[in-house]
Formats: sequence, C-alpha cells, structure tokens
Amino acid sequence: MKLITAIIQEDQLDQVREALIEAEITRITVSRVSGHGRQVDEDIYRGKKVIPNLVPKIRLDIAVNDAFVDITVNTIIKSAKSPGGGKVGDGKIFITPLEECIRIRTEERGGQAI
Amino acid sequence: MKQNKKVILFTICLLVIVFANSAFALQGDGVDTGATAWMLTSTALVLLMIPGLAMFYGGLVRTKNVLGTMMHSFAAMGIMSVLWIICGYSMCFGPNVLGGWIGWNMQYLFLAGIDNSIMEAGIPEYVFSMFQGKFAIITPALIAGAFAERVRFKTYCIFIALWGLLVYNPLCHWVWASDGFLFNMGAKGAIDFAGGTVVHISAGVSGLVAAIYLGARRGYPSTAMPPSNLVITMIGAGLLWVGWFGFNAGSSISSGLSTAQALTATQVAAAAGALMWMIIEGIHQGKATALGFASGILAGLVAVTPAAGVVQPAGAMALGAIASFVCYQAIVVKNKLGYDDSLDAFGVHGVGGIVGAIMLSFFIRKSWMEDAVAISGGSWGVWHQLGVQAVAVSLAIAYDAIVTFILVFVLDKVVGFRSTAKEEMAGMDSSYHGEHGYGMLNPS
Repeated sequence: MKLITAIIQEDQLDQVREALIEAEITRITVSRVSGHGRQVDEDIYRGKKVIPNLVPKIRLDIAVNDAFVDITVNTIIKSAKSPGGGKVGDGKIFITPLEECIRIRTEERGGQAI
Repeated sequence: MKQNKKVILFTICLLVIVFANSAFALQGDGVDTGATAWMLTSTALVLLMIPGLAMFYGGLVRTKNVLGTMMHSFAAMGIMSVLWIICGYSMCFGPNVLGGWIGWNMQYLFLAGIDNSIMEAGIPEYVFSMFQGKFAIITPALIAGAFAERVRFKTYCIFIALWGLLVYNPLCHWVWASDGFLFNMGAKGAIDFAGGTVVHISAGVSGLVAAIYLGARRGYPSTAMPPSNLVITMIGAGLLWVGWFGFNAGSSISSGLSTAQALTATQVAAAAGALMWMIIEGIHQGKATALGFASGILAGLVAVTPAAGVVQPAGAMALGAIASFVCYQAIVVKNKLGYDDSLDAFGVHGVGGIVGAIMLSFFIRKSWMEDAVAISGGSWGVWHQLGVQAVAVSLAIAYDAIVTFILVFVLDKVVGFRSTAKEEMAGMDSSYHGEHGYGMLNPS
C-alpha cells in the first residue's frame, strides 16, 4: 500500500478530480494548504502589486494498493499540468509507504480496507 | 404653580405653531416636504437593494467567484449612474422622438435643465430623477445572476452600458413616460406600478437569452457548485425586502394613501411568497431550506411589483403565493432542460414578473376598475385589462430577447464575452480582479 500526496494548483482541482473519477480512483481527501515553492502569486491591493507570503495550493491524499499507484500518479500528472507543457507552480507528488489501513466501520485491515 | 405650568405649555404650543407656520411659509416654491422626504428615503432604500443584491448573489456563487459576482452589482452602480445623468433620464422621460422608440429632451442632458424644477407632485425633479435612476442600476445587475461565474468583467461592463441604452431606456420610456405607448394603452394604460415589466421581466428574459447563448459553466450540471456563503445570501435577501419598500411604495411618487396601499401589498406578497415556497419545498424535499425561504421572498416581491398600486392585501397575498408556486416549478423545469441560469435570474425575476403582470388583472381593486370604465366610456373589465397586460408583456419579452441576443452575439464575436477555460477554473476574483474574497480560507 502507498500513500500518494499531491500538491497541485487550486484552479486545476476540478480537472484533476474529474480525471481521477474517470480512472475510477474515487476515494480521495482534499484540503486547502499554503506554502512556499518557486511559484509567485500576485494580488493587487489599492493599485499596488502584492506578493503574498504563502501561495494557496490544494493537497490531495490518496491511499492506494500497489497495483493502482501508476494509474493514479499518471492521471494526476496529466490533469494537473498547466496547458502548454506545464509551468512553475503546477505542484509535486509524494509517494510514501503505507503501513496499515483500517476501515472503522468493519474493522477490516490492510489492502481490502482501502 | 399649576397656573405656571399651563402658561409654559401654552407658550410652547404657540412657539411650535409659529415655527411650523414659518416652516410652511418657507416652502412657497411648491415643494411638498412630506412627499419629498419620503421620496428621498425611497431613493436611498432602492439604492440599498443593490449592495443587497450583491450579497444575495455573492453568497450563492463559489468561493473563487464571490468578489467578481459582487462587482457585477457594484459596477452597475458606477456605470448606470453616470449614464443616467448623461442621457438616461432624457431617453426615458423626455417627450417622444423617433416614433416613440425613446424620449429625448436636450434640457435633461447632464440633468442641466432641472436645477430649479419642482414637479407637479410637489417634489424636486432631481429627486424623481435620482429615484428612477436607481431602477436603471438594479435592472442590469439582476441580469448578471443568469450568467454568473463565467463572463469576462470588461465585456460585462460594455454590455450593461449598451443594454441600458438600447433595452432599458426605451422600455422605461414606453411604460412610464406620460407619452409612452404602453402607458397609454387601453383605458388606463398597461399596469406596471413599480417595474414588473421594465425591471424584472426585462432582466429575466435578457438573462435567459444571454445564459443560453454563452453556454453552461464548465462542469455544469455534473459538478456540484455549492454556494460560498448562504449567510450573506440571507442578509442580502433581508436587505432586498427592506429596500423593496422604497421600490414599490416610492413608486407612488407621493406620500399618502397610494403609498400606504403599495407598502401593505408589498409586505403581504413577500410573506406569502416565502411561506408558500417553504410549504412546497417541505412537501417536495422534506426540508425547508433557508435559500428556499429567501427565494420565496423574492418571488413574492417580484410578482407584487407591477401590482402594488392596484391590488388589495388579499390580492397581493394570492399573487405572492402563486408566484412562488410557479417560480418553483420553473426552476424544476430548468433543471430538466439543462440550460444554466446560474442564480435563476429568469426563474425568479422573469417568471415571477410575468406571473405578476398577467395575474394582477384578476385582483384589481374596484375603484380602479370603475375609473377605467368611466374613462373608456362604457365597458372595461378584467378581460380587457388582461389583454392589455398580455400585449405589454409579450412586446417587452420580444424586444428584450431580440436586442439582447444581438448585443451578446456582437460582443462575444468582437471582444469575447465568455471567460476562457483557464480564467473560469481560476475564478473571476483572481482572473479579473487580482483579489481573493475569502482570504482567511488559507494561511497566508
């Protein structure tokens, strides 16, 4: 089992979510996060350009069995990349080993609980 | 001691009378201070409806579009006010030109010629002009609900300016100017007391045409588009209800009996509409939603807008309830047909306005009908008036639809009306305004 954590652009969320559903990856957790990267965001405040300290991003957490890692990762890459070959700020994907997974309702453990 | 008190009281009374008399004497210029005071209040109340509408609409869109949507209303305050001063008032309330298509009076240009003008109703013409100007602001702002979340801000600004000049001003002239042809149709004219046809039907129909031409929002209807903040929607609905007293009761252009009649009809219709919506939704969905209640308020208010001057409270109650029922069905049908009127500008304002303008014929108070009979010199009944109402409404719908279609088509081809996919996904706040409405959602 693996835990796939993806940090993506806010405005790509709909597209990524739709692509994941299409690929039958439907069990996902989404949260709003902020962070530093190489991307700069720009707001305007009373005629002045403002660079916020932290850039808002979307974080996806998806726990999958090993067989589904590739399709999940490929789907995210394809749908989260900005049109025209991608740009700074499109995000990152982290894959970490997942020790255990438990479904609370049935107390099932391991791969079938995912 | 007692004697002293009496003397003091008497003196005060005397002073009050003297001052009151001198106050009246100061108004030898024909100003009815009572009517003027109420019209000033009404003007402010109608202006309050526009931030109210901004909140109502703003709460209903997604977080990334809240400022962009509120700016649709606020931009109308800027654009339409300036246009109104320059030529809007002249086009609406000047004498017929171009075969009655619009009015025109050079004196009204920049309102230059009404500096000292007091109207027959006893109010300064400035007040009347500003009061009417508020209607020209809210009408295009209402349209924005139909194509919310998917239009470019710059094109929207051009659109409402042209729409105001080519749709609102002619329509306003036909219905409300003393020589407008709908104002003079039939025995006592087509009834549109406070803007059922001029404001709500025209905004609703134009919104529908624009929404269908521009297409649905990306992902509609498969992706849910949850309201960003129903709390501000509820506050907005409350402000609209309050502001509507200016809208309807102010439309009597006086401060007297007809004002009171309109005010009562307004309150009753809004309440009946809200209750009706709650009951229908309770039966249909099993729960009474806050947004449903707010929608019912609006449906009731919209329906009573054309009728407020001619119906008694029982009639207003019926109109509010009927409008809620029909609007609810219209939204059910919309969901089946699949076109994307984002915030139901047509479903509530268009449909509610049509219901009000047509159905009011059945609830007209006796004295009005008797007047109409006397003027027509014989017979004038419900069915005659219904015919006049139907003709006025049909003409307005046809004119709105055709001119709006041309405007939207040309603007879309020349400057681009619809947002690009990228702009739409990023949201209007960031794409067109460089801001975020809900800054506190993310640590920054």
